[in-house]
Amino acid sequence: MAAKNDTIGRTITVTVLLCVVCSVIVSAAAVLLKPQQLINKELDRQSNILAAAQIDYKGQDVQQLFADKIVTKYVDLKTGKYVDKPATYRDAKRAAKDPSLSTALTREQDIASIKRTADVMPVYLVSKGEQLEKVILPVHGYGLWSTLYGFLALEGDLNTVVGFGFYSHGETPGLGGEVDNPKWKALWPGKKVYAEGSMEPKLGLVKVAVVPGTPGSEFKVDALSGATITSNGVTKLVHFWMGKNGYATYLTSLKAGES
Amino acid sequence: MSETRDMIVKPIFANNPIALQILGVCSALAVTSNLKTAMVMTLAVMVVTAFSNMFVSMMRNHMPSSIRIICQMTIIASLVIVVDQVLKAVAYDTSKQLSVFVGLIITNCIVMGRAEAFAMKNPPIPSFLDGLGNGLGYGAVLLFVGFIRELFGAGSLFGIEILPLVTNDGWYMSNGLLLLPPSAFFIIGLMIWLMRTFDTSQVEAPDFVIAKNSQKEAF
Repeated sequence: MAAKNDTIGRTITVTVLLCVVCSVIVSAAAVLLKPQQLINKELDRQSNILAAAQIDYKGQDVQQLFADKIVTKYVDLKTGKYVDKPATYRDAKRAAKDPSLSTALTREQDIASIKRTADVMPVYLVSKGEQLEKVILPVHGYGLWSTLYGFLALEGDLNTVVGFGFYSHGETPGLGGEVDNPKWKALWPGKKVYAEGSMEPKLGLVKVAVVPGTPGSEFKVDALSGATITSNGVTKLVHFWMGKNGYATYLTSLKAGES
Repeated sequence: MSETRDMIVKPIFANNPIALQILGVCSALAVTSNLKTAMVMTLAVMVVTAFSNMFVSMMRNHMPSSIRIICQMTIIASLVIVVDQVLKAVAYDTSKQLSVFVGLIITNCIVMGRAEAFAMKNPPIPSFLDGLGNGLGYGAVLLFVGFIRELFGAGSLFGIEILPLVTNDGWYMSNGLLLLPPSAFFIIGLMIWLMRTFDTSQVEAPDFVIAKNSQKEAF
């Protein structure tokens, strides 16, 4: 508090010392805790993929289970063929921002409001012997406040939904945030994405309660009440990713057995 | 000894940072939609206020007064980053829910307020205790608000279902407003009212007294 503290020399010394000490502490914490954080992130991603594929991972070693059950492959969305993982590729979120790995979408194409899509996306395959059992596709799109990131899992027929879930979003808790409600997620399995002979996605959310067994009910899921914009966002992201700018090309060639 | 106790206990009721000092209300709105995040936020704020108070107090005799605020900020920001990194490493799911709010502890008025008002004038150990007490006081409000919001907004406590919801085939129709941040305003407001009813010494004297109407008619 004394006047000697207020000289210019003193001010600079204190500032420099404080900054050095603080930066050492902060960087030490960041470096030391990094490995554990990466493990957590990876575990979180893997358990979300397993959850979408309706594989029960509770109480099991997630890493082991993931390694046993799931094969990760990379797909070029334009050609629909498997490719090698691009050297600079780190994750889908980052790839969609990197101009060398992604393509800008025009206004008409960009129904999910995501601006760019990565050229190469990871897909996760579950096989039983030679037979393809499930395909898990990463999807994302804009809701009300935030981009929703999730996984959509399809049966081996590449049309029937196995499971759907989001692992990251910032929608209103209790309204749009109900995308995490297990009861709502349970509505998805068994729904169909495409009508027979078409590759135009039909699956979407509707406001009227869906009566199972009525014609067209396999393409409809109850929307979230009080969350129209989030529900529209979910419909749009399903349409985008299952459409021709998303995985439709890949799914077509996979069906034809070419990939 | 009783002075030490006072330092920790007083901010919880008698001198509560949110209810009486009206500091840190902003984050109290954001993280109280369920008890788990409120709990983790309480711990994080307690650690940050306690240690920032201690470090600021240790430096108080060497700090040039022209840059003291920025020095306090540097200390607080470093501590918050460390807490955020630790949370990401040990409680990944919760830290994902708290997302940006851990970072926003930096701007929490309680931390700055106590550093400037208390730690700059007192030795390290009392400052540490003062920080701990104020963190607790903040946490008490957070947990109280979180309890009401989660119980009546989502029918659960700590994620465990207490009131079965209509959407899950139960009988309780949840109050959606309670899950939105503005509801915390109402709850905190009612709480302050309640506290001041019991403890009238918390009621401030009015800044001015409205003069009696001297005119008999409107015109």
